[in-house]
Amino acid sequence: MSMGAEHQITAGFMPLFDSAVLVAAGELGFAAREGIELALHRETSWANIRDRIAIGHFHLAHMLGPMPLACNLGLTPLASETIVPFSLGLGGNCVTISNAVWAGMAAHGAEPDLDPARAGAALGALIRERAVAGYDPLRFAVVHPHSGHNYELRYWLAACDIDPERQIEIVIVPPPFMADALAAGRIDGYCVGEPWNSASVAAGTGHIVTVKAQIWRNSPEKVIGVRKAWADENPAALAALLRALHHSARWCQDPANHGELAAVMAQAGFLGLPPAVQMPILTGHLQLGGGADRTIDDFFLPFDKAANFPWKSHALWFYTQMVRWGHVAHTPENLAIARDCYRPDLYRSALKPLGVALPGANSKVEGALRVATAVGATGAGLVLGPDGFFDGQIFDPLEIDAYIAGQKSAHTND
Amino acid sequence: MVRTSLAVLVIDENRIRAAIIEAGLREAGHELVTVIHDVSGIARRIAEIEPDVIVIDLENPNRDMLENMFQLSRAVKRPIAMFVDRSDQASIEAAVDAGVSAYVVDGLRQERVKPILDMAVSRFNAFSRMARELEEVRGELESRKVIDRAKGILMKSRGLSEEAAYTLLRKTAMNQNRKIGDIAQSLVTAAGLLGPAEDE
Repeated sequence: MSMGAEHQITAGFMPLFDSAVLVAAGELGFAAREGIELALHRETSWANIRDRIAIGHFHLAHMLGPMPLACNLGLTPLASETIVPFSLGLGGNCVTISNAVWAGMAAHGAEPDLDPARAGAALGALIRERAVAGYDPLRFAVVHPHSGHNYELRYWLAACDIDPERQIEIVIVPPPFMADALAAGRIDGYCVGEPWNSASVAAGTGHIVTVKAQIWRNSPEKVIGVRKAWADENPAALAALLRALHHSARWCQDPANHGELAAVMAQAGFLGLPPAVQMPILTGHLQLGGGADRTIDDFFLPFDKAANFPWKSHALWFYTQMVRWGHVAHTPENLAIARDCYRPDLYRSALKPLGVALPGANSKVEGALRVATAVGATGAGLVLGPDGFFDGQIFDPLEIDAYIAGQKSAHTND
Repeated sequence: MVRTSLAVLVIDENRIRAAIIEAGLREAGHELVTVIHDVSGIARRIAEIEPDVIVIDLENPNRDMLENMFQLSRAVKRPIAMFVDRSDQASIEAAVDAGVSAYVVDGLRQERVKPILDMAVSRFNAFSRMARELEEVRGELESRKVIDRAKGILMKSRGLSEEAAYTLLRKTAMNQNRKIGDIAQSLVTAAGLLGPAEDE
């Protein structure tokens, strides 16, 4: 502990691989080089992270992308205003199902190719067959109601004509318990980040059927949520931290560093799992079960494709899904809260002195880029996308009313 | 349904701590106390028990699952909110510091619940203190054992008396500004590496 650091920052994280950029910033000296003494605290639930941010134990934390929105929209019991000046990466999640469900899906044409449309069609056929036979609905688990996992699972199912409110059941299970719950038959499938999908495949108890990167390519996942009161009073400390995270993210993306990163994350205080199980998320090469494997482009990006930029269009898409599934009412006030939560202005002003490529806009049309595209930006060479939704839909944040009205939802299915 | 005394559900994987909380609640006159260590099938249990107050430890990784369940009206008959919702900042901090959280049924007056939370907070703190003290005692016993083994090694290999062996260990610790237990541990490790198996 150096008493000489200019800024003391306390941060919470959950033991998931996508905390890597924050963990590496603390463990590998990126924070120290910006004059920050970064204290990292591992937590056991997102509720604890929320509570400790709210009472000021943590200045900031590794959070689920929609979580700060939920705090600011008053959807959680205890919350302080939370802002997002940095995103911790794109992608990284999978949908994993039991061997029994896989057998049923395979009988309806599923192939081990991760294609969301084909897998969804097969799952839909199985679900209808089970309903006719009088079986209980399949039970899927996600890590939190206000999570990318919940919203992308529901998006995928709904786009495949499966009603996630009525035709399946969705429950909450903590990430490290997913594989056990699946093996014990308490759930039939789940959507979670790595390494908890590969864990079921390695145990021979599950199959990965599709991945976040194919449901919505280059889509947002975890973020840095900052207690707004602290950010307002400590702009220099926050800017220094964002620069440290930027350098850390660049280091984490480089394949030359993956071995060392996996070794850091393997330590007992972080993930506490062998380095080998961290490799699928880093390489994008996944075992799917039954001997099949696939390498997925852009499976998880901690830095490339402007992965750290807190796009307002990402926050607004989460908002449209909160409205879709009845988590919040669509009102001008709520929309304004959602729009103000992610703070690209803070990201931009902190990184400007580094002369790195920065997007010129705060929002983009999501799903419009079919191929990787160089974009007009300050600094050199910024490439975005492809960012397509698997069903070909486009989310234009300027047409949010129309997008919300056009969604199949719990309410319009009646 | 009218019940004079509140039904309290304690969810804690730590059986000893749960027992301490339960005893405290009973001493305070709460008859309807249920303790659950394992959250599997908890929705059904909550439906049966119909608790007014739920006390849960913050280390429990199932808080997200429980909070989600409390918000779904299908799982529980009556909406359950987090106690801190309507509490003052000081008791929120005291509860989080102690490592405990409470959820209460909507509409229950704060003054009826606050004593329960206060009791849980103080018992959680007492338990942490006890666990810390136990850890210290365990550490002391452990280091005393190691010192005895180190003394034995010195007595055998250098022909010292027990007192001289101890003095040597203490002097070395002082010179190196380390704890005597650490010096003893280094010696035992080194002896283990260099010599044949050393028995006591």
